Amino acid sequence: MLNTLTLIIGITMMYATPMAFAALGGVISELSGVTNIGMEGMMTIGAFVGASVGYFSGNPWLGVLCAGISGACLALFHAIASIEFHADQTVSGVALNLIGPALALFFCRLAFDGSAVTQPVANKLPKLFGPNASGILGNLNVDMMVVIAIILVAIAWFVIYHTKWGLRIRAVGENPAAADTLGVNVKLVRYICVILSGFLAGMGGAAVTLSIVAQFSQTSIAGQGYMALAAVIFGRWLPHGAYLACLLFGFAQALTVVFGGGTGGLPTQIIAMLPYVMTILILMLFVGKSNAPKADGVPYIKGRR
Amino acid sequence: MKRAKCIAAGLLSLCLAIGGSGCAMNEKDDDTYQAIMVTDTGGINDQSFNQSSWEGLKNFRDSTGSTIRYLESKQASDFTTNLDRATDTYPDIVWGIGFSLADSLLQVAAMNPDINFAIIDQSFEETPQNVTGVVFKAEESSFLVGYIAGLSTKTDKVGYVGAMKTFVNDQFEYGFLAGVAYAAAELGKDIEVQEQFTESYSDVAKAKGIANKMFANGCDIVFHSAGGAGFGVIESAKENNKMAIGVDTDQSYLAPDNVLTSGLKNVDVAVESISKMDMDGEEIGGKTFSYGLKENGVGIPEVNKNMDPAVYDKAMEIQEMIINGDLVAPSTEETYNEFIANLNGTK
Repeated sequence: MLNTLTLIIGITMMYATPMAFAALGGVISELSGVTNIGMEGMMTIGAFVGASVGYFSGNPWLGVLCAGISGACLALFHAIASIEFHADQTVSGVALNLIGPALALFFCRLAFDGSAVTQPVANKLPKLFGPNASGILGNLNVDMMVVIAIILVAIAWFVIYHTKWGLRIRAVGENPAAADTLGVNVKLVRYICVILSGFLAGMGGAAVTLSIVAQFSQTSIAGQGYMALAAVIFGRWLPHGAYLACLLFGFAQALTVVFGGGTGGLPTQIIAMLPYVMTILILMLFVGKSNAPKADGVPYIKGRR
Repeated sequence: MKRAKCIAAGLLSLCLAIGGSGCAMNEKDDDTYQAIMVTDTGGINDQSFNQSSWEGLKNFRDSTGSTIRYLESKQASDFTTNLDRATDTYPDIVWGIGFSLADSLLQVAAMNPDINFAIIDQSFEETPQNVTGVVFKAEESSFLVGYIAGLSTKTDKVGYVGAMKTFVNDQFEYGFLAGVAYAAAELGKDIEVQEQFTESYSDVAKAKGIANKMFANGCDIVFHSAGGAGFGVIESAKENNKMAIGVDTDQSYLAPDNVLTSGLKNVDVAVESISKMDMDGEEIGGKTFSYGLKENGVGIPEVNKNMDPAVYDKAMEIQEMIINGDLVAPSTEETYNEFIANLNGTK
């Protein structure tokens, strides 16, 4: 019983964490008024850069840092297009989702002799209870990225709701014209938030290729960015809300893992549907009306009302 | 500005014209045998069947002096175009690598009745006269690794992580189950097989979670046939310091101390030998060739540093029996049940 319970917790955390990084980034970007649906692309480039820097340098933390920077670089394009040139943010985001995996593959082939899969890294990110935990402690032996995600969510919640910086971000997302008249630099705030969201999504990618597995392949990031997008909305644009939504997705997946095998009972296909059925049910029954930031997705053009 | 555009357009059309005539000039001007392959979307260096097929063609070129070439598909919509382009130079054989090319290949083959086509991992209900299907008996290699797992397990529990319940996946699943059962019968004990499906070829986290669960529940060896998701199974074995069994290629490089062996699929062998048969004038069209242990189309690596040499020797005896036809590895639920019934009968 305890074995099963701890197993569920461990799998939930493992599954939720890469998404949680991206979702947190999504929340920050959208609170400042820029829709970011390009998280899948940012995660993919982060996953590749994390794994390859980790492989060549032997230092996984450097890998995480570079993964964040690569995600931020990609986000910069989104920021320039949507903030500077008032482009449609959905289109720009879709472009990132297409270019992210393509760039990752291109550089992967350059760096790894034409191979579409990177070599496994020698050192992965450490685990919470060290490498030799077994039994119950082994089931709960989550990656350090899980811990970092929780800390970042707490920091984000504090900054957004308890500091003047957070107030400015939210003001820019709700009513940029009003914020502008009060002397807030709308462009700067939005730039910082979008780039930060890219950095977080890139870290989320690295959480897959430096802790869940040890190499990048084309299938490393398969939909986590889109799940994160759903988590942002599901979590009502709150940092902790989005994190809980990710945990819920992870929990549903953990249930299918833990109760999916074995003979008899329900067919595996039915059990595999569980996460999606659960999401729809919870959306219908428990989550009320989601209120997006008012200026989310609307380019701010100075002087136009 | 306008003038610049005119010049650019002119240059572009010139390039096209030269490019076009370039193609035409490539028309076959001698009797050298020419083989062309069109890859699936993974690209030529996918560490998997595209790469393996190209190795096969390269071996074929080295031994026969024929001309070879490949066209890479970036997306599914490239298949027909690439296959069509491949026929521009009137090759002797065009290879489609992977079952996803099947529809495009049939379409292009119908337009080019004088050119032979062959396709990996596909058999047709009615094979056209200029098309050859090539399939692999994955159940035979799976049986071997299942037998090895059965002999090597210390906890009497092994795991199997599949991708989806499909006809192709059944070969891996029932081959493996039968191999384990055979080993159990030989040792006179019961070995439990825990099975689960990822329902995905890409979800590494789910595959890892499933393998974590199996190891936590007492399995010490887990075999996977879950494509890219299988990386998660191997990673789980590494973290839990248990054993995984790889698939398709020798996956021991992923975790040198934690991969017991791998169920190989030697696509290169099939590509080379079919091309050779065609070159020698054998009639290969309209047929489906099946590659098993006998043809060296599937198998296990020769070097397995984590495996007891005695187990390897015994596995080789089983391989002999399958090659001689004394033992038939089941590939479907029905044949598996028969196999188990026979096994219990002879015990």
